[in-house]
Amino acid sequence: MTNLTRDAVSLGAKAPVMPPDLIVQIPAGVPAKEMTMAEAIREALAEEMERDPRVFLLGEDIGKHGGAFGVTRTLFDRFGAERVRNTPISENTIIGAATGAALVGMRPVAEIMFVDFSGLAMDQIANQAAKLRLMTGGQAKVPWVLRMPQGGGAGKSTAAQHSQSLEVWYAHIPGLKVALPSTPYDAKGLMKTAIRDDNPVIFLEHKLLYSFRGLVPEQDYSLPFGKCDIKRLGSDVTIIASGYMVWHAMLAARTLEQEGISVEVVDVRTVSPLDEETIGASVRKTGRALVVAEACRSYGPTGEWAMVVMEQAFDYLKAPIRRLAGRFSPVPFADSLENGMWPDTEDVIAAARDLMQY
Amino acid sequence: MTTLSNDLKLEMYRRMVRIREFELTAMDVFKRGLIKGTVHPYIGEEASGVGVCMALRSDDLIAGTHRSHGHNIAKGADPARMMAEIFGKEAGYCRGRGGSMHITAFETGSLGALAVVGSGLPIAVGAALGFLMQGKDSVAVPFTGDGGTSTGNFHEALNMAAIWKLPVVFVVENNKYAVSTYYRDAVSIEDLSARAAGYGIPGVRVDGFDVLKVYAAAGEAVERARSGGGPTLLVTECYRIEGHYAGEPEVYRDRAEVNEQRQYDPIRRFAAVLTQDGTATAEQLEAIHQEIQAEMSAAVEFAQNAPMPDPSTALDYIYA
Ligand SMILES: Cc1ncc(C[n+]2csc(CCOP(=O)(O)OP(=O)(O)O)c2C)c(N)n1
Repeated sequence: MTNLTRDAVSLGAKAPVMPPDLIVQIPAGVPAKEMTMAEAIREALAEEMERDPRVFLLGEDIGKHGGAFGVTRTLFDRFGAERVRNTPISENTIIGAATGAALVGMRPVAEIMFVDFSGLAMDQIANQAAKLRLMTGGQAKVPWVLRMPQGGGAGKSTAAQHSQSLEVWYAHIPGLKVALPSTPYDAKGLMKTAIRDDNPVIFLEHKLLYSFRGLVPEQDYSLPFGKCDIKRLGSDVTIIASGYMVWHAMLAARTLEQEGISVEVVDVRTVSPLDEETIGASVRKTGRALVVAEACRSYGPTGEWAMVVMEQAFDYLKAPIRRLAGRFSPVPFADSLENGMWPDTEDVIAAARDLMQY
Repeated sequence: MTTLSNDLKLEMYRRMVRIREFELTAMDVFKRGLIKGTVHPYIGEEASGVGVCMALRSDDLIAGTHRSHGHNIAKGADPARMMAEIFGKEAGYCRGRGGSMHITAFETGSLGALAVVGSGLPIAVGAALGFLMQGKDSVAVPFTGDGGTSTGNFHEALNMAAIWKLPVVFVVENNKYAVSTYYRDAVSIEDLSARAAGYGIPGVRVDGFDVLKVYAAAGEAVERARSGGGPTLLVTECYRIEGHYAGEPEVYRDRAEVNEQRQYDPIRRFAAVLTQDGTATAEQLEAIHQEIQAEMSAAVEFAQNAPMPDPSTALDYIYA
């Protein structure tokens, strides 16, 4: 693990640190507030609940307690027990109930405490919510959002059942959409779109990013699904990443720039639908592609993104596609083993340098 | 019960016969190779579905199962559009995308027909929650079988509906078998309605061959749900006369057992009631059978002549 201390914001004793100005999304002069990603998500939820009485929240301990990561904190006092609905530990029925409520015209936002527990709800997510529209020939629509914290890393040490990155479980299912924001700005804008969307949306929130701060416009806005976001323009190497890995890519790009390597960072902020066009256009420009994800290597998002590069930009490639991904292992507890589980900034720098050898 | 109008009783009878004839027709077209997939006949359970669904309003929503032809007809669905669905035709309720196990008619008050056992129960819980939040007095009525009572869905859904006092009537149709498994080999109690006690809700057990008894029990449970009294577990005791699916070899039970159960045929039994209480003559009931048989011939003809979905629409209805 790289030890990043320069210009850093501390995120707790063992948590990683990233320079706060690494990602700048709001042009100077636009009225904006600085907030954490958790606050940005909360603000999106609150604004949508104000705007639309059909929107309500349900999940375990989301009431007074505010959820395992405090995202819904204060909403219970503001909106009451009806609309911030504490549930028993019944993941499958939390999602089934969200589907039923959505079928009769509500717009539920459900929370599952950790993505790792979503296997308990898999039937309701993948067999019911995702398929009802097709199975009924278009009669049904299921406008819900399922918020799930995911990811591990950097000394958080939550071990094998609280640390996974599972976006491909859901991106593999037709009928679902999957968002994985990397910044407060993206999280708020994507959450607004997710709540307004008429389909079931899986909204994955990287736990390390909850405390990351960034500017969020004061004015109402929403961000499109199915569009990658170019976090940084460059001409030599395209890095395709999502979630927390976007930060490693951005930090690596800063170092690489000093070496004269110009990096473009494409943030796949909606894993599904995947914006193949933007990935293709970027690699056709740079001729080099590095795909980076925290999720396990085998059958992970990186394989999908690399194939998109092949389909969209093969003739333009100057080098083989490189991939960095999570080790194919359950996440172990001990620091000495957890370290090295996921790609980090140094890995990205090394891979980009390699690509420049071609 | 004696206060039911003749029209209502005859409509119950008509729907029971319509279910029976639909199932016989579906099994026939399946055997003749006219349709693909599978058919799970509801024969022997007609009184259960009709008794429950006729106690509902059209804005009360049912959630069905893999065996829901009967629930759909009981709720008022058109057999021709159902037949078209099992033929995989665009004119079917689900535009041929659903098939036999997923026939869903939103227009008659359905949340879906879900073929993963027990999965409709949580969905009905959510629909009931929606009704409550919207200030509506509709009721959600999910069906499942004896087999379904062993799923996590069942436990979670009954518990959640109970703590929130939701307007749900959970209907367990105890047709005695889950595929090959006799229900007493899967649960340690004889009376499935006893399970309600664990959730602090009423559990009601009713003779599922007797449409009037089912109607009365369902009506009571529905009224309780509608008036804020919370959910009920309603167990209808019936029997699956046919195999689990059309053509299933039934190696796990004796023919003698099936033949004995045939005596309780809910349609014949209801016919006897109707003729004895003067609601109808045997001739009038026979005329209903004739009328419905003609309806089924017309349904098959409609289904056979209807166009298949256009392959260019294969990507439709995946996202809203
Ligand atoms: C979760 C699940 N497990 C297994 C099956 C396969 N299966 C289909 S129907 C059935 C039996 C269901 O029994 P019951 O709930 O009593 O309903 P019945 O078929 O008797 O109407 C089984 C095991 C399934 N569809 N879903």
